[in-house]
Amino acid sequence: MNLFEFENVITDFKPVLGLEVHVELNTKTKVFCSCPTNFGASPNTNVCPTCLGLPGSLPVLNEKAIESIIKIGLALNCQIAPWSRMARKNYFYPDMPKDYQISQYDEPICFDGFLDVLVPNGDDSSKIRIGIERVHLEEDTGKLTHAGGFTGRIHGADYSLVDYNRAGIPLVEIVTKIIPDTGELAPEVAKAYVATLRDLIRNLGVSDVRMEEGSLRCDVNVSLMPIESNQLGTRTETKNVNSLRSVERAVRFEMQRQAALLKAGERVKQETRHFHENDGSTSPGRSKEQAEEYRYFPEPDLLPIAPDSKWIEQLRSELPETPTAKRERLKQAWQITDFEMLAVVNAGALDLIEATVELGTDPSAARKWWLGKITRIANERGVELEQIDITPAQVAEIDQLVATGALNDKLARQVISSVIAGEGSPGEIVQKQGLAVVSDDSALLDAIKEAIVAMPEVVSKIQDGKLQASGALIGAVMKATGGKADAAKVRKLLFDYLGVSQD
Amino acid sequence: MTELTRMTAVDLAAGIKKKEFSAVDVAKAHFDQIAAVDKKLNAFLFIDEDGAMAQAANVDKKLASGEFLGPLAGVPVAVKDIFTQKDIPTTCGSRILENWRPPYDSTVVSRMKNADMVLLGKVNMDEFAMGSSTETSAYGPTTNPWDTSRIPGGSSGGSSAAVAGFLAPLAVGTDTGGSIRQPAAVTGTVGVKPTYGGISRYGIVALASSLDQAGPFARTVLDAALLHQAIAGYDPLDSTSINQPIPDFVAAAKHKDIAGMKLGIVKEFAGEGYQAGVLNRFNEAVAILRNLGAEIVELSCPSFTYALAAYYLIQPSECSSNLARFDGMRYGLRVDDGDSSVEQVMAATRAAGFGPEVKRRIIIGTYALSSGYYDAYYGSAQKVRRLIADDFNAAFSQVDALISPTSPITAFKIGEKLNDPMAMYLNDICTIPVNLAGVGGMSVPIGLADEDNLPAGMQIMAPVMCDDRMYRVAGALESALVSSWGGLLLDKAPRL
Amino acid sequence: MSKLSRDELRSIADLARIALTEAELDQFSSQLDVILDSVAKVQEIVNDEIKPMSHALDINNVFRADVVGNSLSATDALAAAPASEDDRFRVPRILEEE
Repeated sequence: MNLFEFENVITDFKPVLGLEVHVELNTKTKVFCSCPTNFGASPNTNVCPTCLGLPGSLPVLNEKAIESIIKIGLALNCQIAPWSRMARKNYFYPDMPKDYQISQYDEPICFDGFLDVLVPNGDDSSKIRIGIERVHLEEDTGKLTHAGGFTGRIHGADYSLVDYNRAGIPLVEIVTKIIPDTGELAPEVAKAYVATLRDLIRNLGVSDVRMEEGSLRCDVNVSLMPIESNQLGTRTETKNVNSLRSVERAVRFEMQRQAALLKAGERVKQETRHFHENDGSTSPGRSKEQAEEYRYFPEPDLLPIAPDSKWIEQLRSELPETPTAKRERLKQAWQITDFEMLAVVNAGALDLIEATVELGTDPSAARKWWLGKITRIANERGVELEQIDITPAQVAEIDQLVATGALNDKLARQVISSVIAGEGSPGEIVQKQGLAVVSDDSALLDAIKEAIVAMPEVVSKIQDGKLQASGALIGAVMKATGGKADAAKVRKLLFDYLGVSQD
Repeated sequence: MTELTRMTAVDLAAGIKKKEFSAVDVAKAHFDQIAAVDKKLNAFLFIDEDGAMAQAANVDKKLASGEFLGPLAGVPVAVKDIFTQKDIPTTCGSRILENWRPPYDSTVVSRMKNADMVLLGKVNMDEFAMGSSTETSAYGPTTNPWDTSRIPGGSSGGSSAAVAGFLAPLAVGTDTGGSIRQPAAVTGTVGVKPTYGGISRYGIVALASSLDQAGPFARTVLDAALLHQAIAGYDPLDSTSINQPIPDFVAAAKHKDIAGMKLGIVKEFAGEGYQAGVLNRFNEAVAILRNLGAEIVELSCPSFTYALAAYYLIQPSECSSNLARFDGMRYGLRVDDGDSSVEQVMAATRAAGFGPEVKRRIIIGTYALSSGYYDAYYGSAQKVRRLIADDFNAAFSQVDALISPTSPITAFKIGEKLNDPMAMYLNDICTIPVNLAGVGGMSVPIGLADEDNLPAGMQIMAPVMCDDRMYRVAGALESALVSSWGGLLLDKAPRL
Repeated sequence: MSKLSRDELRSIADLARIALTEAELDQFSSQLDVILDSVAKVQEIVNDEIKPMSHALDINNVFRADVVGNSLSATDALAAAPASEDDRFRVPRILEEE
């Protein structure tokens, strides 16, 4: 497949984005029945006549789901519809027990809002306002497993198996207005939007928003318009892009792919596309060139939703501090710049660092550990920071060991790796691997004496007052002790031994 | 003593309580009657003799131990095959659900069980309640006990035939456009379509969700009131169930005094297509009501002329969606040659599992909801529905209840209208506006038409949650008619 | 109102997932024409002022509390399944993507 150089895409085209995010609410029960929603239950055990779509069954709306979606709408600065209805979206598919989905059509519960996101822009950051078209409530489908064949994918499978545990879990769909004029920042904007939205929803406490478990799923719409035009291009919809990094990659790939097509005088097909985690590419799915025929009509089994202002204001008063306000507060508390805060947010480290600081760790140290070694490990593995197996409490413990001089930074990084590798608690690892700083003076003195014998010329330089030359000796001692010595202590012992003043 | 099968529910319950006979005796008598005559009627699709005899024995046991029992304890009831009953086949008269045994009870069934009633089994119906004759059932037509060459009405024709044929003193049915009232009218029984939301729809296989409503069949107004009282009331499992106290139907049925009540005759329910003998009986009944002290006024509900058209858009539209789930994936029939895709299996299953009337309506509904036609068809029909509700409101601001013939004609011959859908649909011309507006409607026997000596019914309509008014009017009318006839109209029916 | 063409009827039947035979297509297209002509009458009396009525009840906000209730066992859930495997419903291969 031809891809156009990203830099050149921007000179010739303006990307236009649209994002549809599905969030599974964390209500105890499903949206229309009282079945539990716990993840990982045995197949077809969280089911009842209603969520199996058995003849005669009826839906009843979960009040908590309505409250949750209104909270999301309020947090996204949306209007809350004074009167709206659920609607049936009719299409046949084996993962949908009734062969229609109860959703919303032209009367979403929340509409017309916005979300501000920060994206890195050179050495600075830009604030971009993303318009929110609508936020509506619907039900999730069952889960298909494709069997037979080789790939485990739908094509080439001999048959499929359906588990309806997920069917009827409340889903909130959040659809942006079109996002124009983001230029080369488009991939970053898409990623930052999803990250910010995820933080906002997690902060509301209405969803676990775990992309890896599918409780937050993202569809990415991308089109290009020629730089001199204002005519929207044909868009593609890349489905189920399920990590922040993938959102960015999917946008970048589609921009490059579409630009290559347009440059070659071909047209972009209106279709859904699949995202491939392994190489960041997309491949064609279902054509959307023919209008879909979902035969929406108001759901006769459910009555309208008409929240009064008293209820809405009650829910508004229950909203927690917004992520924006929280960032501002923590930026002040930690005394860091906007740019530094952006690095924290984009790494997905805000809550982790906050939790670490709350355990008594100095803010700059907490940032150092999370944005340094731990972020590097996450990047190497291509996963989110929060998926790395180390807790704020463990990081705080390691930092405490450094503060008391029991570990130095290098050893601390080693302990971090070992904790993540599942080798035990920081204390246990220090014990087991004998990583504690060597503070036994006689052992250090032996090493110092060896170094002095090995490097007499360095000793003369120091005795001539060139104190900076001591680095070579200290380095040799550090090497001899396997990095376990406290460098400051070595320096002091060395100078004492040589009878040279440190100042 | 009267044969047990010819007694009213009230008398059966009283006899059981007084231990004049046992609930087991009553159940046994009904199973004997079913065994003797149901081959002529084909009312029952499934006879739950074991379950029913156990329920009856349990009633006798409770009675022996002095336990307090409700007013219908031990009384048998026939259940339209549209209500789910745990572990009992529920087919909706369709091949596509052949042998399906639901894992749960509908609310109506569980309330009848809680009332210690004896559920005899499941009775026939038009396939998925689509029809006015019970001929579209995949399990063969049910016949009319008055004349077994004729239809028992529909879609609840198994319920009406069971009650009229003395196979059960009571039955439950459902009514989406007249499916309780029309079968009641053509079999000389009492049938009630309560206010929409008056009885839970939970566990009723949906035809058109915004129109469907369950209700009782009985031989007398009081029996109907007792069954209605037992199954009515708020159910948290049905969002469209009304959370208000239910009126006292039994007291209203016993009231018998209608002096001063204002009853309206809707001008639009007359004219071409109404059988003369039906209109004669209707006019005589109106005269009786006037004699009983009711004030009769004529009024107009112009939008009712459009009700049939609106109904045959709304009902197929909702049904096209409600019946989508019958796709052969989770329960019921699956037609699979082992080599087909899921799409082909679904289409083949639905082709084989649904009869022609069901297919017709699904296709009309699919068409009416599709994007290019939605506004012209479904959207316009919903506006007509609003006009009809407005007309009812205006009428009920002038009168306490409305009256009309229930069905414009008496029972027709089996096969006569089966291939003429529009002629079939006209049977429900008087009953359909009631469902569209969600108000209550009831049919009571008013005599035999002159032409064919077959039963005709009067429809009584009352405002939302005022179903007790229908019972008051019907109770008074029935009382006057029964004394003029010297017994129930059904006593005139030929013995099977 | 335009008559329902045979092709149109076929595509609606596809949408409704019903495999109609040629004979059914013939029979239905004439019957549906009559029905559609008749129901088109609804357009005669409507106007933009009238609010469509989707529910017979004038009630809003019917909700239930978020409290876990009873579910079926996998055995009961699958009891009526035409085919099952590993406690899941087994369905034929799927050609179309959703």
